Amino acid sequence: MGSDRQRRRLVQSSYGRLARVAVAIVIIALVGTATLTYSQDQAEPLRVVEVADGDYVHFGAIALMTAENEGAIANVGFVIGDDAVAVVDTGGSVREGRQLLAAIRHVTHKPIKYVINTHAHPDHVFGNAAFAPRAVFIGHVNLPRALAQRGPYYLDAFRRSMGGLLDEVKVVPPTLTVESEMRLDLGHRSLALKAWRAAHSDSDLTVLDETSGTLFAGDLVFLQHVPVLDGSIRGWLKTIDDLKAIGAKRVIPGHGPMAEWPAALAPEQGYLEHLASDCRDLIKRGVPLAAAAQTAGLSEKSLWQLFDDYNARNATAAYSELEWE
Amino acid sequence: MNRTRLQTVVMIGLAVALAVGAARSVPAAEADDPWPDLARDVFDGRPLADGTGLTAIEMPARAEDAAIVPVTLRATLPAGDTRVPKAFTLVIDENPAPVAATFKVGPGVTMISTRVRVNSYTNVHAVAELSDGKLYMVQTYVKASGGCSAPMAKNGDGDKANIGQMRFRQFARPTGAEPANGLREAQIMIRHPNNSGLQRDPVSLLYIPLYIVRDLRIWQGDQLLLEMDGGISISEDPNIRFSYMPNGAASFRAEAIDTEGHVFKGEWPAEPAM
Ligand SMILES: [Zn+2]
Repeated sequence: MGSDRQRRRLVQSSYGRLARVAVAIVIIALVGTATLTYSQDQAEPLRVVEVADGDYVHFGAIALMTAENEGAIANVGFVIGDDAVAVVDTGGSVREGRQLLAAIRHVTHKPIKYVINTHAHPDHVFGNAAFAPRAVFIGHVNLPRALAQRGPYYLDAFRRSMGGLLDEVKVVPPTLTVESEMRLDLGHRSLALKAWRAAHSDSDLTVLDETSGTLFAGDLVFLQHVPVLDGSIRGWLKTIDDLKAIGAKRVIPGHGPMAEWPAALAPEQGYLEHLASDCRDLIKRGVPLAAAAQTAGLSEKSLWQLFDDYNARNATAAYSELEWE
Repeated sequence: MNRTRLQTVVMIGLAVALAVGAARSVPAAEADDPWPDLARDVFDGRPLADGTGLTAIEMPARAEDAAIVPVTLRATLPAGDTRVPKAFTLVIDENPAPVAATFKVGPGVTMISTRVRVNSYTNVHAVAELSDGKLYMVQTYVKASGGCSAPMAKNGDGDKANIGQMRFRQFARPTGAEPANGLREAQIMIRHPNNSGLQRDPVSLLYIPLYIVRDLRIWQGDQLLLEMDGGISISEDPNIRFSYMPNGAASFRAEAIDTEGHVFKGEWPAEPAM
């Protein structure tokens, strides 16, 4: 696995051969401990809802990732076919990933064949290690790059809010990537995966259960939780128009409750359009970025949760992108 | 290997692992203050006087977007003080390469705004060199961004086709509370990934090479207004807004050089004050 190889190289270059021997032994010791811990600490199943026949979802808290919520802030789910199970996102900690695994095992004993990551953000991928190495990990063609660039940074940055929960988190990159579209067959259950242009992030992937009509939109769709811009505001607005063409019955957003499709797109489209037009106006008037970030999008404040945590950041990103128009 | 020896080796191994783990888990801003060593190395041991009242740094208390944190450096000399700023150096103590940039400045460049990457909770220092040849320092503290924000590019595909593209904009009057002092503001933008060289290629596991704008100069006619010696903390698509004293020249010119030796040039007619 990439991350292991990476770590090994780091260790070799910094500590030399003696340390390598020691570390090898520690790895053996730690694997032993981990196995022990796992068998002792039988994870409580994550609370999941069967949103449609064969589709299960855990709805994350609308909050920032903390040690208290164990990083369980994103919606994560799984789809059961006649032959196999596919997981869609694994949560914000290995503990959450293990609880998701327990929830799956509560419902079915079919093999977990695929783990699909909708993008690179920590609340969606930090649980991956709970499913490694047996499942095939799938993501956007840009996901390996995004994880390689951001993974080590996230592991450091989230220690402040998540503490020891980070100890067992590993960056697990996809072994199968989607450049435009891909179809998975779970046995009379067909999943259509689609990779998108830079929008919420630069590795957004949606998963449509074609059998049930449930769309797992990842963070291309936000409800209640203010949208978070970490890709391209122009790309996201274009993508929203394209998403409307998807023939789904219901959508599981990355954050927020299940909703009707495509009506669920309207609130975030409104937010992003307001943000973009405010930024364009501020740019035109020559208002500098620092001041613009405090005002753009403010008219949306009453409509969203976590607005103060993300709006200035979204405004900063949108302004600096739209400045080049 | 007998049991005792195995235990010993395991203990040594664990100690190594714990030491590595402990070293890694100390949040950067809470470790020993790097500033005394930095100050000595960056400024060749020259004394740094308290710059309060002479120079200022403005940054948000929290980095909203880790990849794009606005920062403004100012000379704030009291009325009657005849000194002028000659250079500003911006140091982000806890960043992988702390010296974000040094700006040498010409007439009327008493304000420089740019955007930087902020990796963690950090002190940020601004050091102004005034025409008396002395260095004056002020500092601020910035909390790192929360959530999934990261100091890396948002769109890894970027706009490769337009690398080196420049935009120049002239504003009517300076923003802020300054009195009418004849100064104007302008802004230069350059399309450039400004890759930090600290990111790994996922396939080769080798570091993606450093690829940044290292030198940028802006002239008003023949007068050099601003020269930036840039580091890896400057955000993607470097963007600098600055004040200047109009000298009646017909045009502005800019030249940038990146670490691969590419030279980018632009020229724009001076717009009359509105
Ligand atoms: Zn996300």
